[in-house]
Amino acid sequence: MEKIISFPHMGNYFVPVEALLRLIFPGHKVLPAPAITKKTLELGSKHSPDFVCVPFKYNLGNYIEALEKGANVLIQAGGGCRYGYYAEIQEQILRDMGYEFQFIKLLSDKINPISLYKTVREIGTPISFHKFLGHLVLIIKMVRIIDDTEAFIRENIGFETEENSFRDLHREFLNRLKTVTALSELNTVHREYDKRFRELSINKPENCLKVGLVGELYTLMEPFSNFFIEKELAKNNIQVSRYITVTFLLFDKFRRRKQILKGAGKYLKYEIGADGTDSVERGRTLAKMGYDGLIHIKPFGCMPEVNAMPMLQNISKDFKIPVLYFSFDSQTSETGVKTRLEAFHDMLTMRKDG
Amino acid sequence: MKTGYLGLDIGSISTKGVIINEENKIIAEKYIWTEGNPIEAVKTIICDLKNQIDDIAIASVGTTGSARKLIGVMLGADVVKNEITAHAIGTLSVFPDVKTIFEIGGQDSKIILIENGIVVDYAMNTLCAAGTGSFLSSQAQRLGVEVEEFGDIALQSKNPTKIAARCTVFAESDLVHKAQIGHKKEDIIAGLCMAVVNNYLNNVGKGKNIKPPIVFQGGVSKNAGVIKAFEDATKETIAVDKNSHLMGCLGVAILAKKHKKDHVFDFDISDISFETRGHECKKCPNNCEIICFYKGDTLIDAWGNRCENGNVMEKTMQATV
Repeated sequence: MEKIISFPHMGNYFVPVEALLRLIFPGHKVLPAPAITKKTLELGSKHSPDFVCVPFKYNLGNYIEALEKGANVLIQAGGGCRYGYYAEIQEQILRDMGYEFQFIKLLSDKINPISLYKTVREIGTPISFHKFLGHLVLIIKMVRIIDDTEAFIRENIGFETEENSFRDLHREFLNRLKTVTALSELNTVHREYDKRFRELSINKPENCLKVGLVGELYTLMEPFSNFFIEKELAKNNIQVSRYITVTFLLFDKFRRRKQILKGAGKYLKYEIGADGTDSVERGRTLAKMGYDGLIHIKPFGCMPEVNAMPMLQNISKDFKIPVLYFSFDSQTSETGVKTRLEAFHDMLTMRKDG
Repeated sequence: MKTGYLGLDIGSISTKGVIINEENKIIAEKYIWTEGNPIEAVKTIICDLKNQIDDIAIASVGTTGSARKLIGVMLGADVVKNEITAHAIGTLSVFPDVKTIFEIGGQDSKIILIENGIVVDYAMNTLCAAGTGSFLSSQAQRLGVEVEEFGDIALQSKNPTKIAARCTVFAESDLVHKAQIGHKKEDIIAGLCMAVVNNYLNNVGKGKNIKPPIVFQGGVSKNAGVIKAFEDATKETIAVDKNSHLMGCLGVAILAKKHKKDHVFDFDISDISFETRGHECKKCPNNCEIICFYKGDTLIDAWGNRCENGNVMEKTMQATV
């Protein structure tokens, strides 16, 4: 039977993931889940336990839509919170619904190139370990380039002089990346687009409003799940910074583990699970850097981030930096989010103008 | 002819309107129930305000509250502002030294912290309607008293009943249970007022630095029982203005005054038909619910689309050009 491999969405990461799967499975079809829409979330919520965190619902919706399009191999990762159980439960739910498929679980404590290669062989690939490693390096580099570029976009898109110039170039850049197959080509593309992004005309005042985003990884990185909060902020001429990216989660987080806890200063003596520690450390760092405000976002009921909130409140008091908290779930009112963001912007402007 | 400025606060439960003069003094005011129909409520209010004034030209209009956008388009408002900013501006015009604002309305509650006349922090209730006006009015109905009498009955209580404050569902079953085992009505009502205050301080006020002077406003501030419960919980005096329910529209009227453009507002809108028509976009699986707003037969605005495909306004503009 022909294998059709699919995976859930998160931000623009479907570009490198799809590229990687195409490279290592030349004999199979790769089908990213259809783009997230309200229907995805409806489907996901309908078949999920009511109180599960919202990324689970998005993932499940993605799987259902992919299966309906013919996918028969699904991939899920896992992490250090409820995310670690996603794969098991989602597989069971989908089987109970009557779908037939192969479910690949990549759990974070067992991930290394050798175990990954084993999994890849099980799905079925003719390529050698050596070649596999080469592709992996290429895609890791690609992810890093995307993350760097998007960080630049976040900090500058709010000040573009020509409407949509950043958005259009960003789209073109992602489309170009889809066709890259070699490191040298990737480097050329990177250089070309880096230059073009920096040449886009912006009108950015020296002391513009700066807002840092901290919180749970999925709701930070999937714009649909946070009502396009970064776009809303940019519309108000705000520089937006966030540090949680896939590059950070895969590499920097583990390398800097001790530093991160130290960076949280007096606010934490031990780790508080998943990304909670990062939120506190980033919150403190951004406050020290003189950011005007912080926005903390999480899915409703996200334990590690609930743990981080009292520390963020203390940071807010000590550094006199306002923090806006959001909990997202499948029924969040968009008007409510907009009202709070608008008031936040008014407040930051008033504080700045004094 | 004198100049006035109109401010409207269209909330989920009630709609408020004021006209102020150059000195930010309220010269006309009106408070009615929205009853799920903001357009009609605003027509009624404007008609009423018109009859209260004499020889005054309205130079600018501001809207706030959850229907601010809809009504802003309807009236061609000069300022459309969120409730938090509007409340802060309104309160500061009456209490220039205020440091903390407690606000409890029909469906939402918020806390606003102010330092030297600037909003420095705020919070708004998120997922839960516990501790808001609609909860109190539904419980009043259950107990067979008018919500307006609630405060005075609560003050008669000597031994308030403890009612779980975490969640309306728990509070309600707790209330029923306590009533059935013989707690007095005034004690239960006093207990409800305390539950609202505890819920507010634990959810909205959590982690916030509450400093006096404190001002309490919004519809629930008319309830003497809740005021007393706030004073007991914070051990501070709570100031409540006689116009505490009008602070939002006062604030947005002041903002409208600052942003006035030179055109005179026409009061005669009661004969014009305003209508919203909703449809699903159907151009992609997201199926955005698009709202088209018509004045008579002309489309004056549309919203609800997530992407360009659903941009009804632009398409109509192109069609007419």
